[in-house]
Amino acid sequence: MAARRAAESAVTLVLKRAFVRLGILPFLLLAALVIFTLMSENFLTSRNLTNVLRQSVYLTIVSIGQMLALLTGGFDLSVGTILALASVAGAMAMAAVYAAMPEAIWLSITIGCLAGIAAGTMIGVLNGVGVAFFNVSPFMMSLGMASVGFGIALYLTGGVPVYGMPIQFGDTFGFGNFLGIPTPVLVAAFLVLALYVFLYRTPYGRHFYAVGGNRKAASLSGINTRGTLFLTYVLCAFFAAVAGMLLTARLDTGEANIGASMPLESIAACVIAGVSLRGGVGRLENVVLGALFIGLVQNGMNLARIESYLQTVVLGALLILAVIADQIRLKYVATLKG
Amino acid sequence: MDGTSSVSGEVLIAACSITKDYPGVRALDAVDFDVRAGEVHLLFGENGAGKSTLISILAGAAKPTSGTLWFRGREISLHSVHDARELGISAVFQDFSLVAQMTVEENLFLGEEPRRGAFLDRLRSREHAREILDELDFRIDPAARVDHLTRAEQQMVEIAKAFRSDLSVLILDEPTASLTNHETDQLFKLICELTARGIGIVYITHRMAEIQQIGSRITVLRDGRYVDTVNAQSASEEDLVQLMTGREVGEIFPARIPQTEGEMVLKVENLSTRDESVNGVSVEVKSGEIVGLAGLVGSGKSELMQAAFGAKEIVAGRVHLFGRESTGHGPKRNIQDGFLYLPSDRRTEGLMMMRSARENVALAALDVEPFSSGPILTLGGERRAVGDLADQVNLQPRQIERTADQFSGGNQQKVMLARSLTRDFRLIAFDEPTVGVDVGTRAAIYEFIVELVRHGVAIILISSDLPEILHLSNRAYVFYRGRVQAELFGAALSEEAVLAHLFEREGA
Repeated sequence: MAARRAAESAVTLVLKRAFVRLGILPFLLLAALVIFTLMSENFLTSRNLTNVLRQSVYLTIVSIGQMLALLTGGFDLSVGTILALASVAGAMAMAAVYAAMPEAIWLSITIGCLAGIAAGTMIGVLNGVGVAFFNVSPFMMSLGMASVGFGIALYLTGGVPVYGMPIQFGDTFGFGNFLGIPTPVLVAAFLVLALYVFLYRTPYGRHFYAVGGNRKAASLSGINTRGTLFLTYVLCAFFAAVAGMLLTARLDTGEANIGASMPLESIAACVIAGVSLRGGVGRLENVVLGALFIGLVQNGMNLARIESYLQTVVLGALLILAVIADQIRLKYVATLKG
Repeated sequence: MDGTSSVSGEVLIAACSITKDYPGVRALDAVDFDVRAGEVHLLFGENGAGKSTLISILAGAAKPTSGTLWFRGREISLHSVHDARELGISAVFQDFSLVAQMTVEENLFLGEEPRRGAFLDRLRSREHAREILDELDFRIDPAARVDHLTRAEQQMVEIAKAFRSDLSVLILDEPTASLTNHETDQLFKLICELTARGIGIVYITHRMAEIQQIGSRITVLRDGRYVDTVNAQSASEEDLVQLMTGREVGEIFPARIPQTEGEMVLKVENLSTRDESVNGVSVEVKSGEIVGLAGLVGSGKSELMQAAFGAKEIVAGRVHLFGRESTGHGPKRNIQDGFLYLPSDRRTEGLMMMRSARENVALAALDVEPFSSGPILTLGGERRAVGDLADQVNLQPRQIERTADQFSGGNQQKVMLARSLTRDFRLIAFDEPTVGVDVGTRAAIYEFIVELVRHGVAIILISSDLPEILHLSNRAYVFYRGRVQAELFGAALSEEAVLAHLFEREGA
């Protein structure tokens, strides 16, 4: 009896240590894999997992941008709007150029993509100016910009989807493959890699952590805190805008109504991955895993035929669970530290 | 235990053979401690000696792993701070438990609001608050918001909170750490009144001068163990240092470095800041010397260096750094030019508490070798460089990947000091470098500063600690209300002279 109890307490200690080190994500991933494998036999197939990867691309790209905002101690609630505005502006520009010069397909695609990404990034520029130079709280600034951007997207389209883009756009960036890998996945992989190098191999990346970790200390150490904050929101918007263009290619239309769930899902992906809401803590590779986890759960729930309304309930609950787990983790850190 | 005979009050609270284990660490090892009515019992020891753990057990905030607590001869067990309060045991910790946006009276009765039926009884609450404040002779308006009060007044509110119910033991954790001399005097007067009423006081401090001023008995802890209890009036400073560190420290201060006539490093002329904390101040610093900036909290001594460093806005005056005008240059430019300012408050201004020691040390040098080459960080070079610096400042434990908040106060300070060695600084301003650190670390920090001077670095030492200024600096400026009151050097740099200028011309 005593031996069994001792063994049990040893197991809990190991689990506790693992929890403190790794956070909640590995446990959730494991639970999701087990549950959905039991619920649907189609879940754990390479075909379906490739599907998950492809479906998660958009959230992954938005989440790595959102992570920057969280790292500096803020967040960006306007990522959904940025997605929509990029989609609408990009589709309109592309369709207009294509209509004027039907033979210049790749020129129209290039101009369209640049226009969409520029339009989305502009929202980030405004967010950055507000947060970094006028000391508006990120909450108010991005909430306000979410409304502004959504309004502009609806105004541009009258609420109607934008058609008329060259078919090659969707074929390449929506459904295309390169070396057997879906193009959107390649784009996401490239962005993640580029951001990884930027964050962990250059001084500028360290500055994001420093500004979130202690803004005053960063400033006294010669770091341009305003510039870093500004760049945070510009980069965050840039990533969201790229996701918007990729999603536009997938849908083959420019839509003002996409991305509404992105703010919640991207913040959830980050928080589940252990990014601190207080700023300064979080790893890029974990955020990618966090976004994949959310994609996995959504896919699993679809296969298990769980209604889409209920799915949003599950997502919200997961987000809150992750925050609670983070608090418990902090408490364990304190006790294990002594 | 020769000191105990001189105190003869009733034993209020006694801790017998208290042991406290945290996973992997024994914070307290069979420690005995008692407080008698009418005494000030000082707890003395280096950072990490177990003082904080002991008082949190006495205050009910932590539970001992083994050992017993006795209150007025009865065995008790405390499950919460509330339990301790019921018995009249209250603690005032360094971090105040006040809600800044609420008024004094709201804070006083937080959690125990006087009520009439289901509603707040504002009238009674106001009256009761006045009674408590009057009884303690605190001149504070009960309707004032806490964030409008000075740090000392906030401390008074915190103490007043302890008087909601009948108080028998009051625990004060470094209460004077952020008080000015005048405020400290006020606090000591209050402590005398409380002991006269038969209240027992547990008092933690790092300041030697306070011991003889108010102490009755001193209990010294080292590494979680009880060392000795001595009479405060008869114990000498040397005795205490030896008890506390377990070794002969002898002189805390290193030998003074002879003044060498160096070139001008920093020249500040008639500088004023936008927030008017500094008014028309001129200061000169030459290489190879330590220049002390003395003054009370808020006298403009820190603010001057922040302005010269570019962290505070300048409205008038000029700054020359290494012979070139640098007025209005920001911290980044100044750091690149070889000037570093290390702030006094390491938690709020100095360190990223949840990032590693490595990142904290490297923070101001990410743009130079060996931390980076071109636009790319050199992670290996960084690790080696920070590792070497950790050895140099004797970081304990020497784990550079530990987050800053997992180090003791003294070692957090060392992390910050190591930053001054990450690149070729020729002028370093240390703002209160020894606040809240133990004697051993203090000696190490002084040695560190002197070593920098030997290598030709010019040092500005901003300090409220008078002995520090007197023993280390070659020259000192005394600040008072945003102005330089005196420049002292040589024989004129004496305790009397500095003190005279700290308060002189009040109201002028």
